[in-house]
Amino acid sequence: MTKRIETADEAKQDAAYSEALKELIYQMADDDFIVSFRGSEWLGLAPHIEEDVAFSSITQNTMGHAVMYYNLLEELGEGDADALAHARPLEKRRNAVYLEKQNGDGSYLKEPYFDWALTVVRHYFYEVLKKVKLEALTKSSYVPLANIAQKVLMEQPYHLAHWKLWIRQLQNSNEDAKSRINMRIVEAWKEFGDALELGTKSSEMVQHELIAGEEFLQKQWLNEVKATVMSLPTYPLEKGLGNGRNGKHSADLKQAIKIFSEVYESDREAVW
Amino acid sequence: MYNYIPDGDSVAKAYTEEDQGKYEVFMERINNGEKIEADDWMPEDYRQALIKLISMHGISEIMGALPEKEWVPKAPTLKRKLGIMAKVQDEMGHGQLLLRVAEDLMKPYGRTRENLIEDLLNGDLKFHNVFHMPTKTWADAGMVGWMVDGAAIISQTNMLDASYGPYQRALQRICAEEVFHAQHGEAIIMALAEGTKEQREILQESFSRWWPSLLMFFGPASAETTGSSKQDIMIKYRIRKSNNEELRQVFLNKYLPRAFSLGLTVPDETVHYDKENERWIYQQPDWNEFKQIIKNKGPMSKERLRLREIAYEKNRWVRQALAPQVISS
Ligand SMILES: [Fe+2]
Ligand SMILES: [Fe+2]
Repeated sequence: MTKRIETADEAKQDAAYSEALKELIYQMADDDFIVSFRGSEWLGLAPHIEEDVAFSSITQNTMGHAVMYYNLLEELGEGDADALAHARPLEKRRNAVYLEKQNGDGSYLKEPYFDWALTVVRHYFYEVLKKVKLEALTKSSYVPLANIAQKVLMEQPYHLAHWKLWIRQLQNSNEDAKSRINMRIVEAWKEFGDALELGTKSSEMVQHELIAGEEFLQKQWLNEVKATVMSLPTYPLEKGLGNGRNGKHSADLKQAIKIFSEVYESDREAVW
Repeated sequence: MYNYIPDGDSVAKAYTEEDQGKYEVFMERINNGEKIEADDWMPEDYRQALIKLISMHGISEIMGALPEKEWVPKAPTLKRKLGIMAKVQDEMGHGQLLLRVAEDLMKPYGRTRENLIEDLLNGDLKFHNVFHMPTKTWADAGMVGWMVDGAAIISQTNMLDASYGPYQRALQRICAEEVFHAQHGEAIIMALAEGTKEQREILQESFSRWWPSLLMFFGPASAETTGSSKQDIMIKYRIRKSNNEELRQVFLNKYLPRAFSLGLTVPDETVHYDKENERWIYQQPDWNEFKQIIKNKGPMSKERLRLREIAYEKNRWVRQALAPQVISS
């Protein structure tokens, strides 16, 4: 019999359930938040104007998704959504480490030597994962989460299609582009490992029917990626930068927090 | 038959007798309020004035995204993040829309968008004075939306009936979105005005700092001030209706009462409304400085152009990869 929890109040009555649930939502929220943050640094710097428009639209939608998850957490008693997004310390953050990686050398304000190949590979890998997870979440026992997944799936396939097209175009073009993409794929293979995991509460998440298991998600992800990317490493994915699902992050997240919380932290009491 | 006529050359030289007949028909259409389309015959000075106007407008939308972009990753709440992201995305969209209109006009000269970006980087294509200025606090994110977009609405509404159809239609769409931008900016400003002492301070500081730039926004009152002004030709060809000073007065009339009601102080003690002449009296900004600013000698001109330059250089490989026939090396 499938479990159905309709409201936050209902979820809160079962401590084990709500702990696993919150852990899952933090991962979803923080992933989208940091991906959107890195995307927002690109604004005005994309390869051409059409891409700038499309990319910033995706970035904005992605932030919209993060907001829905933070709101769910607020309902579950985790505190103010804005505080959750801006004021949580590094070790409390649950996004995958590869997603926090800087876009390249320099900063978005000065000498931004950003690499489009990294961005294409990262967003493609991430959007495939997001689709796989969202599809699994549509069957989640937590109904508000399943509803959000349905909603996000109305626009997310366009995001995935966008990055998939980029991967296809670049890996089918000249040698230079191919090798740039390949290099970033090999790099991602060494760093994307934790993205495909659900952290320390993964078995509870499955037990409470919140989401499908890691193995299933990984298989789905790999099948989809294999169908698009020409040459993939044959060894398993690694966690070369740490494990964000357990709060083990890189210095790049520190840099990100410093920027996105600058105004917020300048006066926590203020209404902005 | 279309020869590019550089600045300073007599436009009349380019006309043949046949053109004279076409010119008369063209002017009749203009005076009847008809819309001119991309493939219609048009006099060279009309085409060039449009190219100049629309490419500058388009590139200003794109360069205009940069000062605000500085605050996108820093927006202090989730709601503000979504708001400013949506706004800056719109601005890039405006740039895209306008550059397409400009590209169609440039076709006879064999010039493309690539040329426009190159012109921007080498200083031949100017962008709007306000976007050469620094942003220093979150209040600037509000000020740009509230007053810069507010000023843009006024100058663009003035061209909503422009004789050139493709531009006029683009402006319809752009103006509709600009209204949301101004509301977004005003909401940020209101929160600051009703906020803490520090918030009110950064608001006043921002307003004072932007004041001269906002006066400059509409350009000098007459050509004598800076030595060149395309106002007359624009009015003759019904591209715009009012002149620079008239627009500035509309702006002051709309925004000064609002600024006063928020408790803001204008950094000009002479500012007052002259009831008899029905106009705002204000101290002229430094028009020499204006000239310098739009020559890319403003406080942030180099930095902002550098961002575009890096993007252009760093993404060269992407453009090459996307080009239909690439000889890989
Ligand atoms: Fe705009
Ligand atoms: Fe705008």
